Amino acid sequence: MLTRLLSNDFPRNRILAVVLVGLLLALAFMPFIFPGVKALNVAAKILVFVVLVASFDLLLGYTGIVSFAHTMFFGIGAYGIAIASTRMGPGWPAIATGLAAALALSFVLALLVGLFSLRVRAIFFSMITLAVAAAFQTLASQLSEVTGGEDGLTFKMPEVLSPGYQMSETPFLGVMLDGRLICYYLLFFTALALLLAMLRIVNSPFGRVLQAIRENEFRAEAIGYRVVVYRTTSSILSALFATVAGAMLAIWLRYNGPDTSLSFEIMLDVLLIVVIGGMGTIYGAAIGSGVFVIAQSYLQDLLRLGSDTASGLPWLSALLSPDRWLLWLGLLFVLSVYYFPTGVVGRLRAMRQRA
Amino acid sequence: MSLLATRDLTIRFGGHVAVNAVTCAFQPGTLTAIVGPNGAGKTTYFNLISGQLKASAGQVTLDGRDLSGFSVSQRTRAGLGRAFQLTNLFPRLTVLENIRLAVQATREGGHRRGLNLWSVWSDHRGLIARADEILAAVALADKENELVANLPHGDQRKLEVALLMALESQVFMFDEPTAGMNAAEAPVILNLIRKLKEDPRKTILLVEHKMDVVRELADRIIVLHNGTLVADGAPAEVIASPIVQEAYLGVAAQNASAQDGTPPHPGVSPRRERGEQP
Repeated sequence: MLTRLLSNDFPRNRILAVVLVGLLLALAFMPFIFPGVKALNVAAKILVFVVLVASFDLLLGYTGIVSFAHTMFFGIGAYGIAIASTRMGPGWPAIATGLAAALALSFVLALLVGLFSLRVRAIFFSMITLAVAAAFQTLASQLSEVTGGEDGLTFKMPEVLSPGYQMSETPFLGVMLDGRLICYYLLFFTALALLLAMLRIVNSPFGRVLQAIRENEFRAEAIGYRVVVYRTTSSILSALFATVAGAMLAIWLRYNGPDTSLSFEIMLDVLLIVVIGGMGTIYGAAIGSGVFVIAQSYLQDLLRLGSDTASGLPWLSALLSPDRWLLWLGLLFVLSVYYFPTGVVGRLRAMRQRA
Repeated sequence: MSLLATRDLTIRFGGHVAVNAVTCAFQPGTLTAIVGPNGAGKTTYFNLISGQLKASAGQVTLDGRDLSGFSVSQRTRAGLGRAFQLTNLFPRLTVLENIRLAVQATREGGHRRGLNLWSVWSDHRGLIARADEILAAVALADKENELVANLPHGDQRKLEVALLMALESQVFMFDEPTAGMNAAEAPVILNLIRKLKEDPRKTILLVEHKMDVVRELADRIIVLHNGTLVADGAPAEVIASPIVQEAYLGVAAQNASAQDGTPPHPGVSPRRERGEQP
């Protein structure tokens, strides 16, 4: 049963398994462990990033394609929900329509980008995706009639998912069973299902061919695989998963704008998480997202604490000022790449092999 | 009838004609050695047959079917299996996975189930069993879980042959299969080729510089010189012919003193003869 669910791809390391189960349980019971608003927001962001990063890893880690257009598909998903909910009014039909339209658009764009540019050399493909992504971002902020421009769109969700909704008058385990909670669990189970689906894809005969293409494209073609078809399929799948991740984000935030889903910063974050977690491992996407989003969200608080305790030493206090959090995040990144070049998952799995 | 044939096969790079109107047919159940001095166009001829290069003129046919418009992967699926001069494998995948991928490509990599997204690879036991069988045949079964990158050179060459066996091709093309191998390793590869030769349905093409190997294995030798087919016939008479003595062995004699320990590199240094060494 577990073998089927995990597609016969076990963590293959005890520490890794413990961390993964820990992360799963923490996310599953988040609303009951830390009932605060911020904690729940952080957990929801982790869920969205798990899907987004895993879908990017399908492209980068498994197929060996470097694309910078991934946030474009993420943004399409978020805008799909946002525009449909604004135009059609809140409700499930709006969510379904928005998601379907976004998936269709992503499919077509990924197919076009794939067919036109996956034949060229890797570096040119990356450049093309960069250009397409930049054009799309500009388009999204210019078409303010539809997208709300730089201000973005604020919209409502179906009643069941809105904070005002109460499932029962009495709190359960000290937590009010409101729409936020339902929305969180919608995200949780969606993310879990999508992650398992991606795990299945990378362990399918198809996924194995992707790894062969990553390793030696020339040879994969010479033993009879149509490389362009596999690559294009991989980039379409990756785009569709990213689109759903974007929709999840919009449903959670009930807001979408260029900075929340299309900015290049998100693209960089995704790249960093894939590298931290370990390229070519779906589990790495989960762990990387957890570590990164928590660090991003709580580093400032931690620094404030450190800064206050070090108030006797002005230079240290200044260094630990919450404003310097990006510096420390960068430092963490450099250290993790230096000590874990194959990512957390790669490192842990290598440990087991030596033992 | 002939299985594989080329007609007026030509490729030009700018003004240089690398392969010049080569017309030749290869019968099933035979091993044809292709010899010629360095730069004679042997590997280019292979590239034209297997599709890595597109011919400027002429045709490649298999069983009477014109393959000229076929891509590399289509030609492989049509029955052309090619091993490369420089080892060309999937380095960070295991030995078993390399072979399993070739079996998968043969059995379901074509138009039908190539995009099998939703099953788990390990459930396809037939493919794994076939890969195990091939690895046992080349005596690599005990190393099936090692990464190819960690294998010694000789084992990588063996795997290259095993990959061809997994493709179940009608035509096997070997480009210097023993290049860079030591005296102990080379016979293992040659034995594998000898075993493939026993199958009367298979056509084998072999580019090889070691004349003792060619003399022993080949049923027929063709000689390329400056891209042109200059001799074709039974091994003994081709080797004895003046044109080969001059065009091929003559070059070897000049370079016999320049031997060193490094494996030959295509297109850089003049080829040396080392097949006769003990």
